[in-house]
Amino acid sequence: MRNIFLFIRRYFNFLLFLLLQVLSIYFIVHYSKYHQAMFGSTANRITGKVNSEYNKIEYYFQLKRTNDSLVKANEALYNKLKADFNLPDTVSKTVVDTMKIDSITQYRTLNYLNAKVVSNSVNFKNNYIVIAGANVKKFKPSMGIIDVNNNAVGVITEVSGDYAVVMSMLHKDSKINGKLMKTGETGTVTWDGTSPNILTLSGIPKSAKIVKGDSVITSGFSTYFPKGILIGRIDEINSEKSTSNYTIKLRSSADFYNLQYVYAIINYQQEEINKLLDKQTKQN
Amino acid sequence: MSLLVKTIVRFILFILLQFYVLDKIHLQQMMVTPYLYFLFILWLPFKMQRAWVMLLGFALGFTLDSFRHHPGFHAAACVLIAYVRPFLINFMIPQEGAETNYEAPSVKSMGGLLPYMIFAGTLCLLHNAWLFLLEAWQFGNVWYFLVKTLLSTAISLVLIVITELIFVRKQKFKTNTI
Repeated sequence: MRNIFLFIRRYFNFLLFLLLQVLSIYFIVHYSKYHQAMFGSTANRITGKVNSEYNKIEYYFQLKRTNDSLVKANEALYNKLKADFNLPDTVSKTVVDTMKIDSITQYRTLNYLNAKVVSNSVNFKNNYIVIAGANVKKFKPSMGIIDVNNNAVGVITEVSGDYAVVMSMLHKDSKINGKLMKTGETGTVTWDGTSPNILTLSGIPKSAKIVKGDSVITSGFSTYFPKGILIGRIDEINSEKSTSNYTIKLRSSADFYNLQYVYAIINYQQEEINKLLDKQTKQN
Repeated sequence: MSLLVKTIVRFILFILLQFYVLDKIHLQQMMVTPYLYFLFILWLPFKMQRAWVMLLGFALGFTLDSFRHHPGFHAAACVLIAYVRPFLINFMIPQEGAETNYEAPSVKSMGGLLPYMIFAGTLCLLHNAWLFLLEAWQFGNVWYFLVKTLLSTAISLVLIVITELIFVRKQKFKTNTI
């Protein structure tokens, strides 16, 4: 027993060093899976407060760009107004974001809630966006986030009272279901960690006819994003030698450098779909 | 200013500088991030116990990690350089008893710019190498890792020189002889 104490005393520094290293590596390995770790919410609240104070200053310098993008978003919305279209006959079909159960009642399936970006990064291996605002209390993990011009940005991973942390698409664990707008093949959009604004689309078979500049949209297969939100445009097409798939480089349509306002998408069917899926996996 | 106040103020300033100024700089192609915050560990006094240096290093790294929402990476790198620092000081200190004559490592107490730069450069290289190694585990690309480490170290060293030139820390020569 005495020898053990002597040993600990002698190598105290080295043991402390090992302990702290192991602790750090434990955090690295486990944090990406369990975002609801004990300290996560507290640390998030403190850093969120500092970030929002800082953003008050930074926001001032980006007012012009933010305004420009809001004008553009407004323009796009004006052009979607029903009054802009002259219908050839009386049969009009409007499918927006509602689902008809029968001909009388309408059910809302999607809801867009705005939030202010207080912290954002693009140059790390794992980038996160912190958002704040009055609506944040309604947010839940695994809600999709889009920017003001309706481009996919990321998915909420952590919510703590006034702040929510969003896993940006520029994150190694980010996997978003993408679809070619023209032909309809689906694949997975990931990020290789090298250059911001360049994403990777994999799983597109070589039979697909693709050209540079084609749009890639969300497929709507996952519950994060509804169908049809723009992810990016094809920039480079590489064919994998060993498989029958393409590896496609996308130029992301969202400008990750300049995010000031975002919208969270509440999918009211998410819970139902997830419940069904859970049931299915339990049965198997 | 007492040591405690000085340490706390430096801690906060280095974290804010790193996260709000240096992290916003990104060189487009290389993805090099300029790191400077670990200068806090380099500037700790000679006399401080190694366990405290390591715990402070862990706290520093962990704070930066909390801002980046992924704890562990910087904490591990900071603990490593905090552990290696005393070995390097013993190895690099030129004149007899410089540890007792001066308070903390600086250009003057290390005996010239070159020894100080070797001291800072080694710790910087270790910090970046360990940090990027932990990150590269997940991405895995040897050349990218090597180039990134070397370039980041070079940029960090330039920043350290600039910091030392701007903020001259007055090092009083404490003599033991009465």
